[in-house]
Amino acid sequence: MPTTLTINGTAQSVDLPDDVPLLWVLRDEVGLTGTKFGCGVAACGACTVHIDGEAVRSCQVALADVWGEVTTIEGLGTPNNMATIQQTWVDHQVAQCGYCQSGQIMNAAALLAQTPNPTDADIDDAMQGNLCRCGTYPRIRAAIKDAAQRIQEA
Amino acid sequence: MASIGKIARRTFLIGTAAIAGGVAFGVYQVRKDAPNPLVAGDGEATLNPYILLNAEGITIIAPRAEMGQGVHTTLAALVAEEMDVAWEDITVLHGPPAQAYYNQALLGLALPFRHYADSDFQHNLRKNVGMVGKLLNLQVTGGSTSTKDAYERMRHAGASAREALKLAAAAQLDIDARDLRTENSAVIAPDGSRFHYTALAEAVRDVSPPDVALRAKSEWKYLGKSMPRTDMVGKSTGTAPYAADTKLDGMKFATVRMNPRRSGMLSYDDSFAKTMDGVEAIIDLGDGIGVVANNTWLAIQAANAVDIEWEASSYPATTEELLDATRAAFDLDPNSTIRDDGDVSAAVEGTEITAEYTVPYLAHSTMEPMNATAIYRGDSLEVWSGNQAPIIVRDKCAEACGLTAEQVTVHTTLLGGGFGRRGEYDFSVHATKIAQAFPDTPIRMTWSREEDMQHDFYRPAALAQFRGVVADGKAQLVDGKIAAQSVTHTSSMRLVGQVPPGPDRGHVEGAADQPYAIPNFRITGHLADLSVPLGFWRSVGNSHNGFFFDTFIDEMAHAAGADPLQFRLDMAMAEHAPSAGVIAAVGEMANWGSETPDNIGRGIGFTYSFGTPVAEVVEVEDTGSGIKINKCWIACDMGTALDPSIVEAQMTSGAIYGFSAAMQGEITFFDGEAEQFNFYDYDAMRMHNVPEFEVRILETNNHMGGAGEPGTPPSMPALGNALFDLTGTRARELPLIKTFDLIL
Repeated sequence: MPTTLTINGTAQSVDLPDDVPLLWVLRDEVGLTGTKFGCGVAACGACTVHIDGEAVRSCQVALADVWGEVTTIEGLGTPNNMATIQQTWVDHQVAQCGYCQSGQIMNAAALLAQTPNPTDADIDDAMQGNLCRCGTYPRIRAAIKDAAQRIQEA
Repeated sequence: MASIGKIARRTFLIGTAAIAGGVAFGVYQVRKDAPNPLVAGDGEATLNPYILLNAEGITIIAPRAEMGQGVHTTLAALVAEEMDVAWEDITVLHGPPAQAYYNQALLGLALPFRHYADSDFQHNLRKNVGMVGKLLNLQVTGGSTSTKDAYERMRHAGASAREALKLAAAAQLDIDARDLRTENSAVIAPDGSRFHYTALAEAVRDVSPPDVALRAKSEWKYLGKSMPRTDMVGKSTGTAPYAADTKLDGMKFATVRMNPRRSGMLSYDDSFAKTMDGVEAIIDLGDGIGVVANNTWLAIQAANAVDIEWEASSYPATTEELLDATRAAFDLDPNSTIRDDGDVSAAVEGTEITAEYTVPYLAHSTMEPMNATAIYRGDSLEVWSGNQAPIIVRDKCAEACGLTAEQVTVHTTLLGGGFGRRGEYDFSVHATKIAQAFPDTPIRMTWSREEDMQHDFYRPAALAQFRGVVADGKAQLVDGKIAAQSVTHTSSMRLVGQVPPGPDRGHVEGAADQPYAIPNFRITGHLADLSVPLGFWRSVGNSHNGFFFDTFIDEMAHAAGADPLQFRLDMAMAEHAPSAGVIAAVGEMANWGSETPDNIGRGIGFTYSFGTPVAEVVEVEDTGSGIKINKCWIACDMGTALDPSIVEAQMTSGAIYGFSAAMQGEITFFDGEAEQFNFYDYDAMRMHNVPEFEVRILETNNHMGGAGEPGTPPSMPALGNALFDLTGTRARELPLIKTFDLIL
């Protein structure tokens, strides 16, 4: 039986077994490939999306268990209308290979929603589940702090 | 927007919707012997293999793979600098497989010279040997050679295109081209009127591009400056396309399960798996199986449910046996004695020290698991693959499905990490074989992380035995032996079917080629005859030899009672000024020699690799609940830093990649299979344990060096040397977590 999800504000009907993870619903069925597959076991954070504003690892949420509205990186902002956190990512030239960055940005956005002015320790705690093999962490930290400041000033 | 599928000759038949109004320029004169793979449609110009111009815009074709190192930005800047293209007008695409894009600089690395002793004669000889790259179709991204290789070629391409556009405008205006100038993607007439390049695309088709001199460095507007990366907005909005994101109508999703012992398959039982949700087919690939389904996750579930009996590995089954076999190579005649200064067998007065070092097998573990998409149509094959060697991928995929190279199109996408892993063709061939079993259907094949970890082409485990003599505070003798399975031989056999003749330079790089004056100095390379699948891992031989050699130098400094930084500086000063320069600079940055509290340790590491000397100082702290790296200072000198922000990012990235491996990276084998599966047992540095960085870029080196790899080798000994300073325990075995209480 098809399941209906709300993704980036749009209702989507999905006809897949209940246990298919949200990640693979998004990528293969809905065609939203900004959310990345890295490990499949919640060990890297590349698949991070928001459900009702909370950062979750979409590889661990079964289709039948999606409890609220889903926001993906595509719903956060677009190339012509980027969210503040995306703009600071660009301004600080964070990405290298870029594959983990959708997850990093979604996780950072949830951090800032909860903790508008994060300390280094807050950033360490919130972001350590997100792996980056290129090692862009110093610039990620700078971009998060810059975004926090810009959001507060806005 | 242009796509390479539409403009490459091989895909011309498929790309019938050719871009309206464009050109393909002739080839830069000196290199005109390789045919231009770009084909101009009506009203288009491909000014040379690097530039496509049409009414819609200016596209720069990057002959190297963008895997995070910023090469698309830097290569585009080389063309744009001379061509006067406005930065925001640039679109960059990966080049198709083509001889015109061969990597001349890469082969130059294989010559057994001390790189740093770069006389003009040797520089030219290296360049000429590099021409062989064209014959071998070596369109490879590796060896930190991309900018070095493109530095002149792509600037010439831009300069000759600029002059051709002026000639085209001059003909229209009926004035002398010398009265025209160019800026911001436009030719400017004496009266100030502007002709945008895109409006000249049609006219410039018939102009023969002149060969003109390059601009002086002092005139540069883009080069030498930190430019906004061309891929940054896409990568910050989830819109940058990786191979794993390929979307085609009617696409099906697949995965594979191959033999983790890297040999054949005896039998398999898919009777249950093929009844599982979403499964459409299970395909016998000979040495494994492929599953096609309507969803990647369902394909992976089914692949795991297939009962398979594997053949045993062709190499010893356990890490212990592999290390024993590697150690046995010390007793074999050396494959190389590239460095043999003075006489290490002579009796030399002083204090003698010896040490043996061990480092493990390592995986690349790129963030994007191996994947490729393919569609097979009986007489043609199209492959979308994030790869570092498109010609090899094209040829191997053609061979796998019985087509000719001309029938195969390879689209190189952005790479979600490479580090050497994506120089391989295995995953592209898997997608090809599955697609062949499912004709006319696009197949997107993705490996699970577990498949990726267990089927890497690993950095080899390696051992070293060093003997040294110090007297009067100085090194008098270094005699080092390095034993490992050869990456060069193993990879060459797999990629091109033969072993290169002569000594294996890569096996001893990072030790034999170090720019130190030591009166008696010999390094011998010993090759273990093993068949573990090995590949090029960021910095290759330097990744183990940098640790061996620099750690031993640190041990010698300690035995000599000398300051470790001054000890290195003295040896480098006599041999290579840029190397001495980075050692001195990093000392100044870190305020080396200043008093530190008891719970702080500091170490220096230095390696000259890929033409770039890099010195790093690492500071570690015993926090009381584990040891943490506080800070890392890096000084490097690649001669000309084309984009300082990208160089800074690469140095930092290289060091973090090295720290991750040195701290905890280890692939072990049991029953012929890698024992690690995922990031929970093969992890890397994360936000909470990454140090602060400070990078200084010097520009005194005469010849251009690389940036992507040279930051990695010195990071590992620098960390070990800092831990020695803190604890008094010498790090002779990696990963360090076996010996030290590090915060992971």
